[in-house]
Amino acid sequence: MQYLVLVIDDGAGSATAAEDAAIDAFNDRLQDEGNWVFAGGLASPSAATVIDNRGGGEALFTDGPFVESKEYLAGFWIIEAPDLAAALKLAAEGSRCCNRKVEVRPIL
Amino acid sequence: MLQPEGRGAADPVSQTDVQEAITRAHREEWARVVASLTRRFGDLDIAEEAAAEAFATAVERWPADGVPPNPGAWLTTTANRKAVDRVRRESKRYDKHKEAQMLDDDDPPEPVGAIEDDRLRLIFTCCHPALAIETRVALTLRMVGGLTVPEIARAFLVQEAAMGRRITRAKVKIKAARIPYRVPSAEDLPARLSGVLAVLFLVFNEGYLATGPDTDPVRNDLTAEAIRLTRLIRALMPQDGEVAGLLALMLLTEARRTARVSASGELVPLDQQDRGAWDAALVAEGHRLVRERLAAGVAPGRYQILAAINAVHTSAADMRDTDWSQVLALYDQLLHLDPSPIIALNRAIALAELDGPEVALAAVDRLEDKLAGYHAYHATRADLLRRLGRSQESRAAYDKAIDLAGNTAETAYLTRRRHQLV
Repeated sequence: MQYLVLVIDDGAGSATAAEDAAIDAFNDRLQDEGNWVFAGGLASPSAATVIDNRGGGEALFTDGPFVESKEYLAGFWIIEAPDLAAALKLAAEGSRCCNRKVEVRPIL
Repeated sequence: MLQPEGRGAADPVSQTDVQEAITRAHREEWARVVASLTRRFGDLDIAEEAAAEAFATAVERWPADGVPPNPGAWLTTTANRKAVDRVRRESKRYDKHKEAQMLDDDDPPEPVGAIEDDRLRLIFTCCHPALAIETRVALTLRMVGGLTVPEIARAFLVQEAAMGRRITRAKVKIKAARIPYRVPSAEDLPARLSGVLAVLFLVFNEGYLATGPDTDPVRNDLTAEAIRLTRLIRALMPQDGEVAGLLALMLLTEARRTARVSASGELVPLDQQDRGAWDAALVAEGHRLVRERLAAGVAPGRYQILAAINAVHTSAADMRDTDWSQVLALYDQLLHLDPSPIIALNRAIALAELDGPEVALAAVDRLEDKLAGYHAYHATRADLLRRLGRSQESRAAYDKAIDLAGNTAETAYLTRRRHQLV
């Protein structure tokens, strides 16, 4: 089963060199142990654009993120894990490496 | 088992006997049925619904057909059929092979060991840390305890619909996020078990000191349920010291239940309780467990220390015979494990008996930062100030305690003490 691990930033900004190194080591381990699917870092919310084309016709583009908040998504992992207990364990390590809170969401 | 040997199913059966058999089967078999169905179908919702339907069928059929010789096996078989029916109804494309397997598999009951393991799995799943604590409590009472949603809603003063939603959301999360149905691995077990015990202690405490202006001060249904579930875990994990400790703590507390609230609904503090009214059998059982843990010679955890403190109290025939230095030493040991201000407050109460109210008051006052919003902090101060003859300050402390107390019996007691001040 796949889980999305969202990295939540509350204004810490870009990762430090030490955090980057820890994240790289963690990623290597995910790959070695078969838990790796995909991961990525995100540009800051100020670079976001929200698109609403629900009615068809002309799409509406809005500058900025869909919700303004102090906390925002700074990156994510998609991991493969047998169950939530295993996913939470990996997410806990991820949180320690990147030095940020993370949220785990099962992918349906 | 419930019927005398040789009594056939067709014999007329007394309705009281049948009622009793159903109640007893519910108490003894509910968790087993839900647990074994959850393992088989991998779905708590199916297991819960099928178990409820099986018990409803028993209520319908047993009065006419008689109580089956093995009620547990009958209920499991019936619930299995109900679950298979539901799975079939829900999925027309259901794998025929799998279905045939399930239908074949409904007679011989599982060996006892495997079934007991299932109940442990169920408990650990319901108490998974990815669920909110209130949800863990509700889910445990429903799935393991067999309480109905309206019963649980009443117990926690929540609207029935809201409680129903909470339990439904939990089941959806367990399924969608795949919270595993298993006993945690050895390395995770201590932390996870302490989470389970915390849930049971919460249920017990809500029964022991119920909150809310319209609630009974003591909710026997909740304390009894917490004790029953803790006994179950004790039976499943007899070697664990903290399980034994929590059970002993509950029993020694429950033993004092009737002496704790007066006829007029007022809380009676330990020093004024009629010790003859304590339940001697529960006290004896609690003491036995505490002695068992002492003999084990393993460093005790917090529940074992709390149980030991209660054992000291319940060993004294009179308040004046209490071995306060022993109580104080146990609180020191507890503070070492868990440096919480509430434990420090309780320690100060023992300190007052040994070194007098002035020393104790100084210790209590040091906790103001952390406990200013806690009624027992002000109640303790009020009592110490009263003993020191500082009536005016005592009165102010009683007022704060009365303001913050949520339990009707406790409010009544504090109000009377306040009025007795001169």
